[in-house]
Amino acid sequence: MQGSSLLQMHHIEKRFPGVLALNGVDFELRKGEIHALMGENGAGKSTLIKVLTGVYQKDGGEIVVDGESVSIRSPQDAQNKGISTVYQEITLCPNLTVAENMFIGRESGAWIRQKQYEKRADELLGRLKIPARGGQQLGSCSLAVQQMVAIARAVDMKCKVLILDEPTSSLDDNEVNMLFELMRSLKKQGVGIIFVTHFLEQVYAVSDRITVLRNGELVGEYLTEELPQVELVAKMIGKELDELSSLKEVDEKKTKEQAVLYEAKGLSSTEALPFDFKIRKGEVNGFTGLLGSGRSESVRAIFGADKVTGGEVRMKGQSAKISRPIDAMKAGIGYLAEDRKRDGIIAELSVRENIILALQVLNGFFKPISRSESEAFADEYIKVLNIKTASRETPVGSLSGGNQQKVILARWLLTHPDYLILDEPTRGIDVGTKLEIQKLVLKLAEEGVSVTFISSEVEEMLRTCSRLIVMRDRHIVGELKGDELNQEQVMRTIAGGDAKNGQ
Amino acid sequence: MKKKNDFRREPLTDTQLLMTITICIFVAMYLMAMILLGGGFLHAQQVFDMLNDNASLIIVSCGLTIVMIGGGIDISVGAVTSLVVMSCVLYLNAGGNIFVSVLIALGIGLAFGLVHGFLISYLEIQPFIVTLAGMFFARGMTTILSVNPQKAEHEGFKALRDVKIEIPWLGYTAKNGNLIPARMELGVVVAIACLILIFILLQFLRLGRNFYAMGGNQQSALMLGINVKKTRFMSYVISGLLSGISGYVFLMHTGAGNATNAAGMEMNAIASSIIGGTLLTGGVGNVIGTFFGTLTLTTIKKIVVSSGLNQPWWQSITTGGMLCFFILLQSVVLGRRAKKKKA
Repeated sequence: MQGSSLLQMHHIEKRFPGVLALNGVDFELRKGEIHALMGENGAGKSTLIKVLTGVYQKDGGEIVVDGESVSIRSPQDAQNKGISTVYQEITLCPNLTVAENMFIGRESGAWIRQKQYEKRADELLGRLKIPARGGQQLGSCSLAVQQMVAIARAVDMKCKVLILDEPTSSLDDNEVNMLFELMRSLKKQGVGIIFVTHFLEQVYAVSDRITVLRNGELVGEYLTEELPQVELVAKMIGKELDELSSLKEVDEKKTKEQAVLYEAKGLSSTEALPFDFKIRKGEVNGFTGLLGSGRSESVRAIFGADKVTGGEVRMKGQSAKISRPIDAMKAGIGYLAEDRKRDGIIAELSVRENIILALQVLNGFFKPISRSESEAFADEYIKVLNIKTASRETPVGSLSGGNQQKVILARWLLTHPDYLILDEPTRGIDVGTKLEIQKLVLKLAEEGVSVTFISSEVEEMLRTCSRLIVMRDRHIVGELKGDELNQEQVMRTIAGGDAKNGQ
Repeated sequence: MKKKNDFRREPLTDTQLLMTITICIFVAMYLMAMILLGGGFLHAQQVFDMLNDNASLIIVSCGLTIVMIGGGIDISVGAVTSLVVMSCVLYLNAGGNIFVSVLIALGIGLAFGLVHGFLISYLEIQPFIVTLAGMFFARGMTTILSVNPQKAEHEGFKALRDVKIEIPWLGYTAKNGNLIPARMELGVVVAIACLILIFILLQFLRLGRNFYAMGGNQQSALMLGINVKKTRFMSYVISGLLSGISGYVFLMHTGAGNATNAAGMEMNAIASSIIGGTLLTGGVGNVIGTFFGTLTLTTIKKIVVSSGLNQPWWQSITTGGMLCFFILLQSVVLGRRAKKKKA
């Protein structure tokens, strides 16, 4: 099925002031293949994509489409040459109908023909098996379907090369599978797909070939089936991974003897059903389950982020009343929210101001932290967490995702919490930073901080947590520790079915 | 599933939903007024009076709806209307030609629209600030033209002003047995024509759909290949032009120019649009809704007056309450939708 070369990029170079972002990178895409483009943040994959879509102009090298050397001047130009891109954030209009979103801005003439659009849209959606109707308002579709509509638009524009830039980061497993189905069916029709993602499992589920970039240089191109996952990660971050697999060894026994730090009985909120939970001092545990299983809602209840509706809470053995975030903070609980853009970062404020925010709230606003003090705090944590920022006064919004996450982490570390809840701290950040955060979690635990860690990547949780609480359909359905902590057992518990042995 | 006639109807879009709510509320309110208050509400003339008095408001509201659908705001419409009224009166009283006076009205409106559109979309200045400046400028100009009220003395214009379309079968019989036909002013015809044209523009023309796309998500509209700058420019030009038309219609209704004409009209227009289901955040709205928004607003004022609360503040207070109620209703309805989708 895979065939002739569709797109070739030879020795692409791109310079930004002071940096060589792409240094002689080659890339080839064949007809009817799904080609994963992998690399850490800053490896140059987005730069390469932007060169290909005409957002940036290349400084050197050649782009060949269908055997013809071309120059791509703008995103519109790229589309006309058959190169379409579907971005992570959906770039459609939720208030228009599905059909309008597929055809608006493409045709000339003063009048629009709604009925004809809807007919054509329905035909195409049916052919691609996308569960949407042309006359439906786009905003009433799920995010996954909206993404698919964006793909359908690209397909209708006769695209030969389809670039999917992090399309799955806001989808749940089911939706991801729907998307993969669509990708496979497009592949059969001869479309070449470039797939950019952070999720390793997804790369192996769907791609035929992998190209790895690192520091703006090409590491190599591999057939997916011939490249084991561990090796892929090693190539991406450029170091051997022994330390990755053997991060944890310390805790297990030690924590058994520690006192219970936090205990909840029948805790419930407007979003979470009643549940029991406890954590010991210096323990790292995790909540796992599919998206929507209630894992985030449960930890939000612990922090009092949603309205608490019932239950008893004991902190360090004493009864505590936590119904608002400020109560939790005063009790020594820190919470790093799932969506850092919405709940965490204040993009316009500087790194320093973001770091001292939680401590300031805790102190009360009538006892301001002095400038020199806050500068010292900021400098300390920028160093400790290795935050890559131009200075402590740089607005946080201009930092990369991984570094923003570190800033929020620093914010909570500064309050010296006894119990830290991290909800998806590693989402959308590169492998190297992920590793740093995982290490930090374990180091904190060693220092006696209890940590609850949530991640959609099960492997990551297996590496850091000594106890996993599994949730399904908003109920706790199992607790895994010791030898039970392996991928298969977790999957089985999440999926349900057979009972756990020993119970 | 792929059968030819799929009878399942699409659920209403946000725009249709909000518009339907407005129309239902208007009808319910009017029926209630007919039953409880009777009197004037039982005569068709009541509706025609509402239209006669508010023709120019309907016109500027249409323009404002377009701007708001595109995600912007235009608060100069009342002041421009007033400037047009004064300019036309002075020109006509100086012995001008009716046809030219219409051109003057259109020209002034268009000029304001062009300048606003240029500043807002090409120099990227905040629409609120630009049209606020436009508002002060137009008000100032009106006062410079004449501090004192000016009555139109032009004979031809007076003839035009007094044209009334009479509809006998909607009239009623007065106590003395005479049939009084329902009367509609020429301005209402103009307003209805504008309404229909704008409806066609928003529903079936590329430019109209681009307004929705731009208001729904500007970044997306850009990525979808829409010329956002030009689209935004056009929305202010149309709004300006409609302000010009509104001015002339206003003059045909009152027959005089006054520096305080159409004071606060922009706020009534915004209120009409919002009550009619236009979202201040853009992307959702419809001129039919706006039309009923204006009627709702007027009806509530009439009801207040008929209930014996003659003081002007009662009208303001009820208008404020209505606006609050509608915004609440909108956010509740749309919020429930979003929740339903999530589940």
